Amino acid sequence: MRRYLIVGSGVAGVSAAQTLRRLDPAGEVTMVSYDPFGYYSRPGLAYYLTNEIGEKQLFPFQEKDWQALKIRRLRAWVSRLHPAEHRLELSDGASLVYDRLLLATGSQALPLGIPGADLEGVVKLDDLADARRILNLCKRARRAIVIGGAITALELVEGLRACRLQVTYLLRGSRYWSGVLDETEARLVERRLAEEGVHILPHTELAAFQGQRGRLTGAVTTTGQHIPCDLAAAAIGIAPRKELAAAAGLRTERGILVNDYLETSAPDIYAAGDVAQIVDPLTGEAALDTLWGPARRSGAAAAQNMAGEAARYLKQVPFNVTRLAGLPVTIIGRVGQGADQDVAGIVRGDSETWRQLPNAIIVEQSYEVNRLRLLVGERALVGAVVMGDQTLSRPIYELVRGGVDLSSCREALFSSPRPAEVIGEFWRSWRAQSET
Amino acid sequence: MKITHLWHAERKRREARAAGYVVPEPARCVQCGICSFYCPIEIDVRRHAWEGIPVHESYCLTCGECVARCPRGALSLERTSLYQREG
Repeated sequence: MRRYLIVGSGVAGVSAAQTLRRLDPAGEVTMVSYDPFGYYSRPGLAYYLTNEIGEKQLFPFQEKDWQALKIRRLRAWVSRLHPAEHRLELSDGASLVYDRLLLATGSQALPLGIPGADLEGVVKLDDLADARRILNLCKRARRAIVIGGAITALELVEGLRACRLQVTYLLRGSRYWSGVLDETEARLVERRLAEEGVHILPHTELAAFQGQRGRLTGAVTTTGQHIPCDLAAAAIGIAPRKELAAAAGLRTERGILVNDYLETSAPDIYAAGDVAQIVDPLTGEAALDTLWGPARRSGAAAAQNMAGEAARYLKQVPFNVTRLAGLPVTIIGRVGQGADQDVAGIVRGDSETWRQLPNAIIVEQSYEVNRLRLLVGERALVGAVVMGDQTLSRPIYELVRGGVDLSSCREALFSSPRPAEVIGEFWRSWRAQSET
Repeated sequence: MKITHLWHAERKRREARAAGYVVPEPARCVQCGICSFYCPIEIDVRRHAWEGIPVHESYCLTCGECVARCPRGALSLERTSLYQREG
């Protein structure tokens, strides 16, 4: 009987556990995690903060689901990994031995390296405990500031607004999410935030937090401006939790390096999810994703390999559907705009691939809150940003993922005042053809 | 509301029920649970999305609430082939 060990209880770990149980019904599967809440929808925390769902809804599995899965769940902190001995050491001194190990340790928020970041009232949004803390602080807080960029920063902005706080959003650069969105898209989001009553301060960098009796009372910018606040939320980026692997001598860079079979540099140890740095066939470089879908898929693929099936994992075109200032937005493939001063490296719901600058011509169309930006490569679409109306989100994803040859509509795409219609029409005829 | 309007609404609802069912796209779903939470008859739509199977329970009202509420566009109402119409 093979002993499988999974470190981490996020979607990669759970997906691996389900796959292992299916492929090896007699195998012994143990899941170790330090998170007291176990498995829940991390992206769902955004909707928990806005009060669209309650805490109960965050948990996709009920007790009966765990029972059906027949795995052992342990709440413990793994302090060391001994690859040669196939053994994990827990912080209480106990040991767990394995035949196959999966590291699905996820990622965590980067700390704000400024004085006062440890004051009560300075928060991040990594997990359910953070979300609870924020909602608790919101009961008596009045004024909040948000620092950082990309999706998590806006989740915090919108969550705090939903709690009726006055919110000031500080941007180091000139606009929101400059690494992925273009200027028009960023302004669209900023305008909607302003309509929701959010005060945006561009070109503003914090120097320190101030407090009284351990509680946050305000922040000071690098230019000496004082901003009173009793809550400060930061989302400046995340770092994969690779320390366990690195300390054990496994090859790591930004994350744990794995091959196409999700094997790390040590025998019988695999990695999946946010912590795994996987070669992207689009760019040939080992990249990180912090997306739910790829985490689930990589967890399942790792489990297949752990169970003895040789399953090659190929990174797919990264995409995410999210809500920015209430506006649905889909980001697909390579849409790069370059550097972003508000985030360091990668954030949640992000892909390093997005920021790759493709050799492509941009075609765009905007109407009120709806906007479509297509990155047209030499032969095929390489990326897109779909804001507002999502009718074309699925078709465009199919075209990018399939690398569909656009030759027959290329000219029309560039010359038409309505490229959205051209690409929609092209997709319909392509689909009709591929169905026959 | 006039009785003809009520009749019209009921007819549309019956048509919708006969014509389609909710189909998830698992790649878009992040298991947030909004769909299950807002289902008026408590179908666990989220589980269907995790498993990638359409909601073909006969008691699904096809009211479209889950489709409209999903923040990620992971659900759609699709017609069943049995009742597929021309055009």
